[in-house]
Amino acid sequence: MGAKICVCLKVVPRAEVQLRIEEATHRLDRSGASELNPADEYAIEEALSIAASLDAEVVAVSMVPLSGVETLRHALALGVDRVVAISDVSLAGADMVVTSRVLAKFLEREAPDVIVLGSQAMDGRGAMLGGAIGQHMDLPVMSGVRSARVEGGRLRATRLSADGEVVLETTMPCVVALSGSANVPRYPSFRDIVTSKRKDISVISAADLGLVPSESGPAGSRTHVIGIAPRPVRQADAEIFVGEDGAAAFLVGVLDRAGLT
Amino acid sequence: MSGADMSGSGSDTPLVFIEVRRGAATPGSLALLATARRLAGAAAAVVCGPDSEHVARTLPGYGADEVWFADQPTFDAELPGPIIDAVAGLIVARGFATVLLETSVAAVEIAASLSARFDAGVNWDLQDVEMRDGQMVGTRLALGDTVVIDVGWTGEPRLASFRLGVGEPVEQQVPGSVQRLEPSISSRALRTTIHERRDSTHEGAQLVDAAVIVAGGRGVRDAASLQLLEALASALGGMVAVSMPLVDRGWYPVSAQVGQTGQKVRPRLYIACGISGSLAHRVGMEKSGTIIAINSDPSASIFGLCDAGVVGDLHEVVPELTRLIRARRAAEASAAG
Ligand SMILES: Cc1cc2nc3c(=O)[nH]c(=O)nc-3n(C[C@H](O)[C@H](O)[C@H](O)COP(=O)(O)OP(=O)(O)OC[C@H]3O[C@@H](n4cnc5c(N)ncnc54)[C@H](O)[C@@H]3O)c2cc1C
Ligand SMILES: Nc1ncnc2c1ncn2[C@@H]1O[C@H](COP(=O)(O)O)[C@@H](O)[C@H]1O
Repeated sequence: MGAKICVCLKVVPRAEVQLRIEEATHRLDRSGASELNPADEYAIEEALSIAASLDAEVVAVSMVPLSGVETLRHALALGVDRVVAISDVSLAGADMVVTSRVLAKFLEREAPDVIVLGSQAMDGRGAMLGGAIGQHMDLPVMSGVRSARVEGGRLRATRLSADGEVVLETTMPCVVALSGSANVPRYPSFRDIVTSKRKDISVISAADLGLVPSESGPAGSRTHVIGIAPRPVRQADAEIFVGEDGAAAFLVGVLDRAGLT
Repeated sequence: MSGADMSGSGSDTPLVFIEVRRGAATPGSLALLATARRLAGAAAAVVCGPDSEHVARTLPGYGADEVWFADQPTFDAELPGPIIDAVAGLIVARGFATVLLETSVAAVEIAASLSARFDAGVNWDLQDVEMRDGQMVGTRLALGDTVVIDVGWTGEPRLASFRLGVGEPVEQQVPGSVQRLEPSISSRALRTTIHERRDSTHEGAQLVDAAVIVAGGRGVRDAASLQLLEALASALGGMVAVSMPLVDRGWYPVSAQVGQTGQKVRPRLYIACGISGSLAHRVGMEKSGTIIAINSDPSASIFGLCDAGVVGDLHEVVPELTRLIRARRAAEASAAG
């Protein structure tokens, strides 16, 4: 059997969309335009480069509302072999515990050699899924990773430490969660984009994974939002100068008044 | 030992995960001991790693009534696996219902793993926690810090992960018991090992001591343009720092990186050039004295943090500022004659 790398992808509201939390459900409004979570392009790149050294298949998985499934096509254009979307209305409102359980259920079936995640989702910003998935699957986890490669049948990963850098090594299968910008993601060519349009994205439900409603969605969640209020606006007291001409003189004035020149 | 052995004392007392950096507890995790005392009137702490006995003995000075440490050779700050087992074992043995952690790569991995292991809720990025009508409620900022959200937990243990840099350590001596843990470590935890450590050069230590820092971010056009920042730093008698993307591009050494995964600095003057002001960078510099931002994007969040700012191209403003400061220095020198 060939080697396999799985990469976890999140579909998030587009960067230019003003994030909004729905009053009634206390959930993020996901109805607007979406994009692939920016950090996950690094995850795809790292997955592809690990896969190249093992001649492995790359499978992407995302837990995503049906409306966001097409956004995943970008992963196919980048060279991912297969994309699976776990889409189910019962999953809306899933917190981290639930999301990690659902993804782990899928990943157990796929049984990949390496599971790669991005550093964090730009909406949720928990950066916790990797650690939780590793626990569910009883696999070692390395997080904050800047680069990873296979060396003598083990996975070797570099990350920053308090004193510089540290190189970790672990057995496979394992979970690798990346740091903010681990590599330089490729751009798809026009041809890649065209070809990706002909590929299928398979869509499965929570029930397909053998999950019952009490384990998935809000019922399985262990956190909840009690209330949301606008933040009392802190009056910005910064002095702002617009334009280049005279800007330097303005800054010298600021430094003078602060006694810093 | 008195408090530690009383039945029931465990569950109401929050357990604080103490992080160690350069042989001492981090200020962020010490601050959580004060948070725990405010929440429940008592605090427990756990600390792991080769120096942890020494660190553990300092913790009653910050309000920890019960302290556990694990200093066996398997414990290392870079390897969260054994730490997860130790903390999980302690939670089970003492029935802790609340666990407070700060935000670091290791602490996030620990919180995430505990969450999956105990099917326990974790709320992250918290500013504070309090009791409201007998329920623990966490408060956090969200959506670019424009809204305040109150969050709760269903079930126990409740895992609370705090935003970096919230709260200050409070010195308050309590009697405190200190005990060594003898945790059993899973085979999963032992599969990851350290292959190599590469300590960065000495520059990092100096950055922390610099009175003036000129910092560059993504807005800096190319590696050569960093010389503009170096010139300004030298005119002001300061040093150059960078945000993570520039380190990732190989333009500057990691020892010059300021932010969550880099140095935490508090110079008298911090000039942020082409830095958007992401949370990850902010936590490394927001305690600086005077913060000046130069950024061409008027909506950059750094403008909400700085004392003064210029909306403009740093490649024009920085050399001009350097020239004015040099001229000033030259005039002062000749006046002093
Ligand atoms: C503003 C906000 C705050 C939230 N706060 C909390 C909270 O405090 N506690 C809590 O339990 N939940 C919280 N949630 C819900 C949480 O975001 C989701 O459960 C989410 O699926 C997991 O966490 P994350 O978004 O932080 O992802 P992260 O853990 O930051 O994502 C890391 C990586 O995991 C992968 N990944 C993330 N999501 C998916 C997915 N759906 N499918 C496949 N791969 C994925 C990607 O590779 C990503 O780069 C919050 C959501 C929002 C929008
Ligand atoms: N209908 C859905 N099907 C599958 N996943 C979803 C659905 N709605 C939301 N999600 C995912 O569930 C998580 C939590 O979503 P939310 O509660 O909207 O923050 C995110 O990872 C979403 O992508």
